[in-house]
Amino acid sequence: MIHKVITKNEFKKFVDGLIEENQTFGPKQVDKRADGSGIYQFKEVNSYDDMDLDYTVTYSSVKNFFLPFREELSSFDFSDKGWDQTVEYRVNPRVIIGVRPCDINALNILDKILIGGAYPSPYYMARRTNTFLVGMDHEPLDDCFCESLGHDTVHRGFNLFCTDIGDKYYLTISSSKAFGFLKNVKVADPVNGDSVKFHERRKYLRDSFKTKVEVAGLPSVLDIEFKSPVWKKWGDKCLNCGTCAMVCPTCYCYGIEETIDVNLKSSRKERVQYSCNLVDFAEVAGGHNFRPLKEDRLKYRFYHHYRGFAQNADDPICVGCNRCGRACLARINPKDVISDLQMED
Amino acid sequence: MDYRLPKQDINTEPFMRQSPRYNRKDVFMRTDKAYKCEITNIVELTPTEKLFHLKILSDQERRIFEFRPGQFVMLEVPGFGEVPISLSSSSNNSEYVELCVRKSGRTTNMLHRAKTGAKLGIRGPFGTSFPMEKMAGHNILLVAGGLGLAPLRAPINWVSEYRDEYKDVHILYGTKDPDQMLFTYQYEEWQKVDHIKLLTIVEKANKDWNGRTGMITDLFKDIDIKPDDTFAIVCGPPVMFKFVCDHLDGLGIPMNRMFVSLERRMHCGMGKCCRCMVGSTFTCVDGPVFDYWSVLNLKEAI
Ligand SMILES: Cc1cc2nc3c(=O)[nH]c(=O)nc-3n(C[C@H](O)[C@H](O)[C@H](O)COP(=O)(O)OP(=O)(O)OC[C@H]3O[C@@H](n4cnc5c(N)ncnc54)[C@H](O)[C@@H]3O)c2cc1C
Ligand code: SF4
Ligand code: SF4
Ligand code: FES
Repeated sequence: MIHKVITKNEFKKFVDGLIEENQTFGPKQVDKRADGSGIYQFKEVNSYDDMDLDYTVTYSSVKNFFLPFREELSSFDFSDKGWDQTVEYRVNPRVIIGVRPCDINALNILDKILIGGAYPSPYYMARRTNTFLVGMDHEPLDDCFCESLGHDTVHRGFNLFCTDIGDKYYLTISSSKAFGFLKNVKVADPVNGDSVKFHERRKYLRDSFKTKVEVAGLPSVLDIEFKSPVWKKWGDKCLNCGTCAMVCPTCYCYGIEETIDVNLKSSRKERVQYSCNLVDFAEVAGGHNFRPLKEDRLKYRFYHHYRGFAQNADDPICVGCNRCGRACLARINPKDVISDLQMED
Repeated sequence: MDYRLPKQDINTEPFMRQSPRYNRKDVFMRTDKAYKCEITNIVELTPTEKLFHLKILSDQERRIFEFRPGQFVMLEVPGFGEVPISLSSSSNNSEYVELCVRKSGRTTNMLHRAKTGAKLGIRGPFGTSFPMEKMAGHNILLVAGGLGLAPLRAPINWVSEYRDEYKDVHILYGTKDPDQMLFTYQYEEWQKVDHIKLLTIVEKANKDWNGRTGMITDLFKDIDIKPDDTFAIVCGPPVMFKFVCDHLDGLGIPMNRMFVSLERRMHCGMGKCCRCMVGSTFTCVDGPVFDYWSVLNLKEAI
């Protein structure tokens, strides 16, 4: 990993260069909440000034660039002789600017599951390898708790990471592509003062977390509290809308849909993001549902997120962005559910 | 000034975790691309169950395709859907595979309308299998309820082919009524040629039935089980296998010598869609075959 510093002016030139040559996405304010705070999303941008790089957090996560809500896995062409299947997973290269550490950590977790598993996903892999990621840190919101899970800083999974040290950015370069592109602008080796500022910034950010979630021993708490009444209490509130899974940067469960095209000559097989809170998630032919109750499904989502699966080395997959908590109409959020569980005796 | 990202860069950036199969497009494709097969024969077993013989069309793919008893395939009916189906034929049959399918929903209804010559796709094989070699030298109990005989037929075929490696072999099979009995045309062969003792029972008799009526566990009274020398494979609905395994546990067969096959909703077969999760275990990758001890340790299993 190579470190450099760049003035904010040069950085702007660098970003404009990237935008000029590539399809680029960056944070943009799309709406306002009643309290005046902005609602942000990653949108296609045409210049540096188009972006709101000082954003807090996007409503949806960057996951959607790698696991789109709906994605074609293959198509079938029918003929008199039968059919032919085509599998296509190429994507055009693109740049995403201003991704927060927790979101990059979320992608690293998805990498482990979707690339590192027994059956790597070529679709995800193609999107991941063809995306140039520029990360950037920021002060947390009051309800962010990524620090509790160790996801407030990130060491890999990006091409370039920028830490704000006043009039300059401290750059962490972790790919040859980024190194090559930076030859187009003036960058300098960090001097002592820069590194001091970098560490100060890190410490400042770490100290600004207001929400803490106690996660030590959580996997065993979840195993022990499998029958806890806490699940019913929170499950009863759940509307089974699936919003939490849609905004979550690490929820990746899906369903497959096959549809015949109107001309009856071809059909498409698509992967559609799903949520384990939706009623028919575990329903099988004949109508038997393995998780018939709201509490079963809500518990299962928490179980997956904080207990982890073998496929993920039994690590929790939640990164602590609290997007689910903010988006939930029933006010279900990880912090309250977990502290309720830990209060159980 | 050059800022352009290379087109279709499929090379890993240094940050990507290297996957051993990476850069091997053929392996990639295989996970989402189905082997094309032709239906070479259809046997109507009951009004709701049919046995399909499927032959993989490409010689090369047919050579690659190998499976073990207990594994399943994802059967693709292009345009309609993909469903997990247990391999029901002998694992030594490299010419075609046999799948026994019950008509039970959108995809399987469509499949039942297919005729000989139709083209389908299969992906797989997926999942864990019954440890047939470990059972050699012991008595074997093969217990099935209803459609459970379909997955059980693979180990039955295995045992028939390597009959002298096993001691006493029993098949205990129960259904709701006599009309639902599957593979009746093979019973004589199993008993006379393969020296397997077959006992059947139905819950509700009809006028043609002169066999036994009752629950499947009633059949255990008729046979002599040596708990310390017996392995069991139990296939059927969850209530049934729990009932049977608890009974066998009562007789003293160790739980890690009883094997069951779990069924869950499945959309990928590859440990990615999470539809088949039981607690924190994937039925498609870590199962469907589990020993009963592991099943009892799975949260939400029964
Ligand atoms: C490991 C395994 C082995 C199986 N072996 C056999 C077999 O040998 N013979 C047989 O007849 N059936 C078998 N089944 C059950 C069979 O997969 C379902 O009957 C079938 O998926 C129903 O699909 P459908 O589209 O007709 O029904 P729908 O109700 O229309 O199903 C829609 C979708 O839901 C999913 N789904 C529904 N029910 C099930 C289910 N029980 N299991 C998994 N996914 C489901 C499928 O993805 C399906 O495409 C097996 C299931 C599993 C998990
Ligand atoms: S967003 Fe809230 S109400 Fe909707 S499914 Fe998730 S937990 Fe339930
Ligand atoms: S806080 Fe919620 S949305 Fe964020 S990673 Fe955890 S579960 Fe997902
Ligand atoms: S079937 Fe998709 S994870 Fe098991």
